[in-house]
Amino acid sequence: MNNRHIYALSAVLTLLGLALFYYKVHVVGFPLRPQEQTQIWNIEAAVRFEPGPAAVKATLRIPSLTPGFALLDENFVSRGFGLATRSAPAGREAQWTLRQATGPQTLYYRALVYRDATRIAEDTTPPFPAPPELDEPSQIAMEGLIAEVRRQSADVASFTTELLRHINLAQNDPYVSVFLKRGDNAADRARLATVLLAGAQIPARIAHGILLRNEPGPVQAEQLLEVHDGVQWLYFNPRTLEQGLPRDFFIWWRGGDRIADVEGGSAPDVTLAVQQNLLDSMLVAERRAEKLGSHSIEFSLFSLPIATQAVYSVLLMIPIGALVILFLRNFVGVKTFGTFMPVLVALAFRETLLMWGILLFTVIVSLGLLIRFYLEKLRLLLVPRLTCVLTVVVMLMAGISVLSHKLGIQPGLSIALFPMVIISMTIERMSIVWEERGASEAIQEGVGSLIVAAAAYLVMGIAALAHLIFVFPELLLLVIAAALLSGRYTGYRLLELRRFKALRPSGTPSGSAT
Amino acid sequence: MFGSYGSLMREGVLGLNKRNGDYILRFNPRSRYPLVDDKLKTKRLAVAAGIAVPELYGVIETQHDIRTLPDIVRSHNEFALKPAHGSAGDGIVVISGRSGNRYRTIGGDILDEDFLSHHLSNAINGQFSLGGVQDVVIVEYMVHFSPLFERISYQGVPDIRVIVFRGIPIMSMVRLPTRGSRGKANLHQGAVGAGIDLATGITLDGVIGTEVVTHHPDTTHAIAGLRVPEWDTILDIAARCYELTGLGYIGVDVVLDRDLGPLVLELNARPGLAIQIANRQGLLRRLKICEERADFTASPAQRIEFAKREFRHPVGPQLEPQSIAAGAA
Repeated sequence: MNNRHIYALSAVLTLLGLALFYYKVHVVGFPLRPQEQTQIWNIEAAVRFEPGPAAVKATLRIPSLTPGFALLDENFVSRGFGLATRSAPAGREAQWTLRQATGPQTLYYRALVYRDATRIAEDTTPPFPAPPELDEPSQIAMEGLIAEVRRQSADVASFTTELLRHINLAQNDPYVSVFLKRGDNAADRARLATVLLAGAQIPARIAHGILLRNEPGPVQAEQLLEVHDGVQWLYFNPRTLEQGLPRDFFIWWRGGDRIADVEGGSAPDVTLAVQQNLLDSMLVAERRAEKLGSHSIEFSLFSLPIATQAVYSVLLMIPIGALVILFLRNFVGVKTFGTFMPVLVALAFRETLLMWGILLFTVIVSLGLLIRFYLEKLRLLLVPRLTCVLTVVVMLMAGISVLSHKLGIQPGLSIALFPMVIISMTIERMSIVWEERGASEAIQEGVGSLIVAAAAYLVMGIAALAHLIFVFPELLLLVIAAALLSGRYTGYRLLELRRFKALRPSGTPSGSAT
Repeated sequence: MFGSYGSLMREGVLGLNKRNGDYILRFNPRSRYPLVDDKLKTKRLAVAAGIAVPELYGVIETQHDIRTLPDIVRSHNEFALKPAHGSAGDGIVVISGRSGNRYRTIGGDILDEDFLSHHLSNAINGQFSLGGVQDVVIVEYMVHFSPLFERISYQGVPDIRVIVFRGIPIMSMVRLPTRGSRGKANLHQGAVGAGIDLATGITLDGVIGTEVVTHHPDTTHAIAGLRVPEWDTILDIAARCYELTGLGYIGVDVVLDRDLGPLVLELNARPGLAIQIANRQGLLRRLKICEERADFTASPAQRIEFAKREFRHPVGPQLEPQSIAAGAA
């Protein structure tokens, strides 16, 4: 019954930890690996115009439905203008207004965009479009074209492709040449396609967007034809006839309108620019959590001052080190001085690095032991003797630091981070074990402590693990669960198999396997 | 590796984790620990219950008291100094003779008063106690060990350890000091551990560490086949220590005095597992037998009877003739 309680508790803790972990990874998007960076793009639209004498109203279409990408942040730069953003049938619009403006004006819209595969065009299914109103010859040409294309196609996708092919071969096609004049650009052709598709009762619209590439200088908006097949939006490149949304294509606005128009001023000159950047995934996740209204950041370690964060990034690894010690003591059976002394030594190893750490630890403890044996002869009382040992340890550390600095051995300096009180106690314990139980046992326990400290250091030093624990401290619940479970491990320790060798029946075939 | 794990399981060997988790934590209430961790308390408890212990000469409780040592031992040439909270025999000094202010230990070293007071002050300050807490030093009767073990021990006092599970003695051994253990009856330091058949009180072959030895390494006499005198009294004392302390899993350390018979030296609430090697028997199997069919509410005599019936050593009785031969020699 007692055991069942423990199993239940550790199961609950494990589930809780994993659930929080899952939420933070998959919903908020916390990075799983350290130094993970997310590609982001700075996009910018600059609207330049000459204002007229009266009130000015400038409208800029801004991104709203962006399949494959998400907006991290956006801002508007416009000195003196009143600003409002609103939803329009074709997306969102920013509207700048000013009663009186003098001289050329430039308005900026800037946004940070990151890739987000979960974003899809969550549009509702559009109604069937009204048939276009055309003059008599055009009407006849359209009907002829639609009939021909329909004959050559099977469904909405192939119909669209075929139609676009006809439009692209405008010179040779008698029907299309009715609509197009020489010198029409891609946007005009796309617009023509929407008109013709409307004639065939297929909802279609133009998506204007930019390719998110790291190109200096202004970029040109490109057009895609969006066609709804009754289930979802399909994307076609009106020029190359390629179907599908290109990976880099960021849809800025939709519809037949221009990106910006100005009332009460000259026609605007709009330049678009893209700049690629790398941003710490953590920052992206933070913003995203804000947008989701999640409190996972507000109440995480990231809300602490940076210096405190640094402290916790170390402290949170201590339970991991303790887990290593638990394993080595209760499952392997290694003997150490003090239960968690090796964790503290392992923390010191972080600064000195492993080989130097072991060397310095051995040097300090050996010298300390010599002093301790000498002090034993003086017959001091316990506390004064401990004080002496501690003081000597501190002086030894200072001496080693100075000496190694003079010799140009930098790691020697980091000895200052050794836990001197713990080392003094270790020296005291070791010398008593030495006297009472003999040198071999003392050295055995000392080496055991060092091995455990080195193991704890190596595990605590796994960068990926440190990152996981810091970003997802709830994983420490798993550590508790593991500790709870091993708290009821009553099997043999690995070294006991050797210790009780004499008790094994000698005839068993497994007798040699230890 | 799994094979050896399985064979240890089949032999009913008790591991440290199982001892701690399933026996000590379950049957030894924390509140009773001070009764055995403090040898002074154990001694007073035993005296009150009529269990024989080495006579208490005096207690050194403070730094100041150290000066009273000569007064305490004025009428005793031989005595033992023990930290009340010492573990595994740490800090024990046995004085077997004195001239002026010089003391001779049982090992033959000569100590001056200065050294002795330093040792006492270390002990009082907790050098030998668990966790370094303040301690007191007991001054008590020095045991004259029974000549029985004289031939198979090197200096020091051999003692008999009986593991008692809820009042039932389940395993026992004698610990014989060697030169390697520097006269201490401590298996970790190289003393010989030899199992004793519970049913008959006859010793079995010994072990040093994990090696089986048939003869004492220093005296070269055979270890097995000795009949421990007053064995029934020893078992009776051990069994009654359960009622004394209320601890369900203890090691009772008994010493055989030449004149006074069995005396309880100390009790241990975390007795070691090496006794299994000394007996070549697993403790767990015997613990399970107790849990299956023992009546823990029975009287000490009935419990001993149960132990003698259930825990007769499979090879013990065959060694009896040797004992007679050794005794005659």
